[in-house]
Amino acid sequence: MATIRETAAAVPQFKVDELEGPPLTLRQLTWRRFRRHKMAMFGTVMLALLFVYSFGGALVFSEADANAVETAARLQPPSREHPFGTDTIGRDVLARTIYGGQISLIIGLTAMLVELVIGVLVGAAAGFYGGKLDAMLMRFTEAAFVIPQIFLLIVMSKFFGSSMPNISVLGRNFSGSVVVVILIIGVTSWMYLARIVRAEFISLKEREFVLAARATGTPARQIIFGHILPNSIAPIIVSATLAVAAAILAESYISFLGMGVQPPTATWGNMLEGAMNYIEEAWWFWFFPGVLIVLTVLSINFLGDGLRDALDPRSRAV
Amino acid sequence: MDRPTLLEVNDLKTRFHTAEGTIYAVNGISYILKEGETLAVVGESGCGKSVSVQSLLGLIPIPPGEIASGSAVYQDRDLLKMAEPELEKVRGKEIAMIFQDPMTSLNPVLTIGKQITESLEKHMKMNHDEAVRRAVELLEWVGLPDPARRLGDYPHQFSGGMRQRVMIAMALACGPTILIADEPTTALDVTIQAQIVELVKRLRQEVGMAMIWITHDLGVVAGLADRVIVMYAGFIVEEADVESLYEDPRHPYTLALLAALPRVDRRRHQRLMSIPGAPPNLLVAPHGCPFAPRCERVIERCQAENPSLEAVAPRHRIACWVDVQTGGPR
Amino acid sequence: MGRYVARRLLQAIPLLLIISVILFVLMQNIGDPLATMGGRRPTRSADRERLRRQLGLDKPVLVQYVYWLIGNDWTKVDMDGDGVAETPGVRKGVLRGDFGSSLKKREAATALIGERLPNTLILMGAYELVVILGAVAVGMYSAVRQYSLFDHVMTAVSFILYSMPIFFIALLSMYIFGVNFKRWGLPYFPTVGMFEPAAGKTVPQVAWHMVLPVASLALISLAGYSRFMRSSMLEVLSQDYVRTAKSKGLERRYVLFVHALKNAALPIVTIVGLDLPTLLGGAIVTERIFGWPGMGRLFFDSVSDVDTPVVMAIMMMVSVAVILFQVLTDIAYAWLDPRIRFD
Repeated sequence: MATIRETAAAVPQFKVDELEGPPLTLRQLTWRRFRRHKMAMFGTVMLALLFVYSFGGALVFSEADANAVETAARLQPPSREHPFGTDTIGRDVLARTIYGGQISLIIGLTAMLVELVIGVLVGAAAGFYGGKLDAMLMRFTEAAFVIPQIFLLIVMSKFFGSSMPNISVLGRNFSGSVVVVILIIGVTSWMYLARIVRAEFISLKEREFVLAARATGTPARQIIFGHILPNSIAPIIVSATLAVAAAILAESYISFLGMGVQPPTATWGNMLEGAMNYIEEAWWFWFFPGVLIVLTVLSINFLGDGLRDALDPRSRAV
Repeated sequence: MDRPTLLEVNDLKTRFHTAEGTIYAVNGISYILKEGETLAVVGESGCGKSVSVQSLLGLIPIPPGEIASGSAVYQDRDLLKMAEPELEKVRGKEIAMIFQDPMTSLNPVLTIGKQITESLEKHMKMNHDEAVRRAVELLEWVGLPDPARRLGDYPHQFSGGMRQRVMIAMALACGPTILIADEPTTALDVTIQAQIVELVKRLRQEVGMAMIWITHDLGVVAGLADRVIVMYAGFIVEEADVESLYEDPRHPYTLALLAALPRVDRRRHQRLMSIPGAPPNLLVAPHGCPFAPRCERVIERCQAENPSLEAVAPRHRIACWVDVQTGGPR
Repeated sequence: MGRYVARRLLQAIPLLLIISVILFVLMQNIGDPLATMGGRRPTRSADRERLRRQLGLDKPVLVQYVYWLIGNDWTKVDMDGDGVAETPGVRKGVLRGDFGSSLKKREAATALIGERLPNTLILMGAYELVVILGAVAVGMYSAVRQYSLFDHVMTAVSFILYSMPIFFIALLSMYIFGVNFKRWGLPYFPTVGMFEPAAGKTVPQVAWHMVLPVASLALISLAGYSRFMRSSMLEVLSQDYVRTAKSKGLERRYVLFVHALKNAALPIVTIVGLDLPTLLGGAIVTERIFGWPGMGRLFFDSVSDVDTPVVMAIMMMVSVAVILFQVLTDIAYAWLDPRIRFD
């Protein structure tokens, strides 16, 4: 039998682009993967444009323009004077979509923050402490989850709808219903997020770095917010992004039904209220806000999809 | 010993076109399978043994995969050039295949009875009752206890060894002339492995089908095969009758494989031998002998030219520039 | 398996109790039903007091909840305002199927719901059928013809549809197929109601009127589920057992429909089953747009009128439906997948 000795010959290397050059940080890798996702880039750009439209458009049209009632010019089709036409009481649709956009987008973002806070707190508490607290919280979460959101939204907006006075921010007047809508959407949407956070906590709780932190006497709050939460940030980010889209849709649904944001404050949703009654005469006053909603939600969905792929290298794009 | 040739494979080349580049999985292999003969294909993971036999039956997914050249003649027809409907008639009926992992290779939501009778109904044109009866016979034949009742069971209700018996019954149901076994015992534990090999030997004696048995386990080969092909990086490096291979191995890779087998009759504290280096990178088009980077006896010519198969003894060919007995070039 | 079902249903009870408490508390604060009851004329305060007593609204919340749950026919109620309870109550309570009477119409809440429920169920049934068949067909075809033009178009369309609010699709379809088709002289779809009053509630009438509402509801779900089916199918097609089936010489279509489909469709069962009851909610917007006399409209109208008993009844029933469907879905999944067994 021959003896085996180490050969000095070089072993051929696999050529994978990430091994060339200096190693990239996690953030750089994530950004690279995200950039490759064409739809996500499209979504981001689109979203940026929509923000520019809603907030930058305020430089072109004043709020008074958006709320100017001119019943003589009601239901005018798109023209040079009113590029998007006028609505049932003669207001310019284009200006209203600009200001309505601001509200819709703000509601989407803030409602998401509300549900993020609630969802993370509930999920973290349940997942970290376990036991009776977990059982109680989960029972409650499930109960809240069982009732379809839109029922709760309608009922809550009916009750709480007129309980907030109009507020003034930055020299502008907003109907108090905006705050109400933000709160009720937030309060009825956190359950899904809580479940995700809880699952992450349960799986990360037993990992060595947590046990090590515990062994060195780190207080619970520090462990939760400083150790476990940062490690579960990926699914939270994805869920939060998609939650914005869901919140915008939810607001549009109840505003469409007339129970969400109240006049004169415009949102894309309440601009369509009662549109089916004018279906034969005027398509423009529901079409344009509707398209804007679709574009916004679409962009956010693309963005969320891209984030999901970028943050989890194991998931395969569908 | 001069039995008719059943299958003649000539210069088969299979590639995969992926995002990272082209994978050169099979790089021109040729061999002959005679009636009733058992041919073992040996080699490490990734050497192309599974891909080569899957290419024969058209089981390679064609968008990333491509059969770049070659022919596989069975009964005067080239399998590689057949259209799908024609190939469907050959699969299962003339040439059957069993796979490595019987758990994932059986459909979990269909009863095993159904999975056997469907081939019988299609290829043998039996009606349902005939097929059921035949299925029971087959299960009994492969040694499955209580076959009539177990026809209605699902794959997860069987143990690994029994599942493999079911697969064998399924494959042999329509009486194929060639059975291709792609590492059928690798996923089983050793005692079950032995049982399956014994079963196959018995069946072979009763039916006389030819077999292509793929494995990386040289121990199994010794008890089962008539001829052996050793593959490396998509090439055949040695081809011989089984006795010749074990008594007189001529290729450095074969030598290394045999040396790596732990043996009971060696001195106790001798180190286990392993082959240094890493498996070949199939993303690079082959140039020179593929085993050169890891070969003990490499000479200059090995890096430059890829040796082709040449006879060194009766019915014994190797692809090497070096004579392992002398250490010098051949 | 019977034990499993019993256990799940038993587990559902505390859940439902919690839900009922949440809902009841919510409803207490929804507003004063009495304010809207008299119609235009404000009710006299004496009448209001009487009504309040009659409806049991003068009792503390906890007592109201108990009466709501188990009725008050086992006790006496003070009807004439003298502080002495003398009249036996007439309510049987929710646990015995009595959800009280509508404050607006003085009919039993369950009766009102019973009138409207079938209309919503018709929509639901048609929707479910369209979604299942459509998603499976499109998903399967997309998977088999991966990366083809059809596949890319369908993915793009799915994304867009999935991002649309129901009312937008409804309005759009109403506009194109209802209004414009009519203008262009093409056969068009009706946009209001369940049937033409003149023609009566016949099957063809209802079917005709159902097209637009069902299509609007279904398109969004179709978008999501067909993509899901596609990925499920793609995963199944790459499995070993599909390769085995192919190696046995079975025909492509047979392998696709008998071997692959059964495995790929399994997860769809779960999702579809869980989706059904929330449909009762999504229908609210659709029924309003198309003037469909179903439960969604009843809910919306009842909330607007602060008709508490009806609102509570609907929400409780929907919650029960959701939980019931969860259990049914589990059972269906176990029945279809032989690997799942209950211990």
